[in-house]
Amino acid sequence: MTESSVSLWGQWEVVVGLEVHTQLLTKSKLFCRCENRFGAPPNTLVCPVCLGHPGTLPVLNGEAVRLGVRAGLAAGCRVSPVSTFERKHYFYPDLPKGYQISQYAQPLLTGGSLRIRTEAGERMIRIHRMHLEEDAGKNLHAGIPDRSHVDLNRAGVPLLEIVSEPDIRSPDEAVDYLKRLRQLLRATKVSDGNMEEGSFRCDINLSIRRPGTSVFGTRVEIKNVNSFRFVHKAMVYEIERQIEAVESGEKILQETRLFDPVSGRTKPMRSKEEALDYRYFPEPDLPHLVLSPSLIEEERLSLPELPEQRVERLCTEIGLSRSDAEILVAEESLARYFEEGLERFRSGIADEEGLRKVRERWTSFVLSEVLRELNRRGEEVLSGPTGVTHAVDLLEKVLGGSLSFSQAKEVYGRAAEEKKTPVSLVEELGLVQVSGEGELLALVEAVLAENTEEVAAYRGGKDRLFGFFVGAVMKKSRGKANPEKVNEILRNKLKG
Amino acid sequence: MNLSRSDVLHVARLSALALSEAEVARMTSELSAILNYVEGLATVDISGVAEAGESLAPTPLAPDTPAASLSTEGALAGAPDRSGAFFQVPRILEEGR
Repeated sequence: MTESSVSLWGQWEVVVGLEVHTQLLTKSKLFCRCENRFGAPPNTLVCPVCLGHPGTLPVLNGEAVRLGVRAGLAAGCRVSPVSTFERKHYFYPDLPKGYQISQYAQPLLTGGSLRIRTEAGERMIRIHRMHLEEDAGKNLHAGIPDRSHVDLNRAGVPLLEIVSEPDIRSPDEAVDYLKRLRQLLRATKVSDGNMEEGSFRCDINLSIRRPGTSVFGTRVEIKNVNSFRFVHKAMVYEIERQIEAVESGEKILQETRLFDPVSGRTKPMRSKEEALDYRYFPEPDLPHLVLSPSLIEEERLSLPELPEQRVERLCTEIGLSRSDAEILVAEESLARYFEEGLERFRSGIADEEGLRKVRERWTSFVLSEVLRELNRRGEEVLSGPTGVTHAVDLLEKVLGGSLSFSQAKEVYGRAAEEKKTPVSLVEELGLVQVSGEGELLALVEAVLAENTEEVAAYRGGKDRLFGFFVGAVMKKSRGKANPEKVNEILRNKLKG
Repeated sequence: MNLSRSDVLHVARLSALALSEAEVARMTSELSAILNYVEGLATVDISGVAEAGESLAPTPLAPDTPAASLSTEGALAGAPDRSGAFFQVPRILEEGR
């Protein structure tokens, strides 16, 4: 880590490590074959194993191991040929066995790193370890007096816990790390990363210290923060709380806190167990996990293109700017849409210059119109009437000169709204671009006649006014004029 | 190895057990006896024995094929208390585990 890029909070340095729990995309649970599925009616995906009945034995799910290995390889971790399972003990109604089977002494994966990029620059955040463990069930309290309800469908769902080193130095860095980690897990199909459904959850370990010191301050853990926005808010609050406390001579307590999204504050978690003592010991019901070298090799060879590599390729091969490429890759489905569309255009165009033009148009279209509709309406806009083939058909009209770009943009939004194909909408609305010389010439002449002062100024050397004339002509045509032709005619006319 | 009274109280608290004074005394001696019994393992000569996990064949792994779960009735059959399709427990105040 470079000291120069460390961002400071006044006279304090913030030190943060993140623990992420991500649910793995298996069909069945980690140690039994109950379905791993969100949203089923309560207590319908349970069996004697995940209910913790006596006499049952866990049997390890091979796919969970595979997905863990894949995530590790994608983040450059070392895969342990031999790892161990331990029992982590605590009493809570959502944990029927009274212990969670986790990996402690020898995790499946160690080391690795993730490259982040914020305004403070680019840095590597080291990953300490990743290990497999089982999820707990769910306690429900709302609307129930004096009792709590327990649904154990989630008990035994496979989790990968991903622990970073305390390398993160600001809320922005934490959020960027989480976004990139989630991207990586989604691109490798290890997890769907769905935060609303709890398949990507985050604990924050945070302390402050004077810059330049190597000793860590007292660490506070903030549990279960489940959106990027809340991670940011919780950290800002906690940083300010700790600085205020230390500067007024108070001691920071090592404790677990919860973030309350309503008040925007963190507050100590009330717990009857004052000192957590998990009494880890080796899980006697599971042998050491010895991986076959072929499993690791298979996963290594079948790793898909990773988000970082994709950004690199979009920049160097397709010529996108880094920020455009990053926006595309942040949404895997949007990146796929973009590339599929580009491929379709490419098959019809041979010359470099033509390709460049198409690429610019298509990039701008996807990053503005498609992205906006995606954010507004969700994944469904990327298929059906506003799917990639139909978007390409629409843009072909622009390239062919029969429709203006601004018309196309408008049509796409309406098509998404009305669930019609953009081209059918173009016909329905009778949209055409005015490209005829005569018609355009009349428009240009009218604009020049109305703005004689500007014309004189332009001819006197004020080149910047050219855009003003183009805008005025476009406005007069209500967006229907072909801007390239308008440019051409204007240029001729203004020569005088 | 003999357990101390505070060891026993610590374990009792983690186990959410309230022990009477007499029980603390009994547990102290009984748990110590168990530990001493297991401690016998430490006298076994294990030089030359491979560590667990060493030179083992790859662990057999289960295929990821879902199988039928219990019915909700079957799942809740052994529950001391229930409410509809849920297990029911005394109110938990803490959250966020």
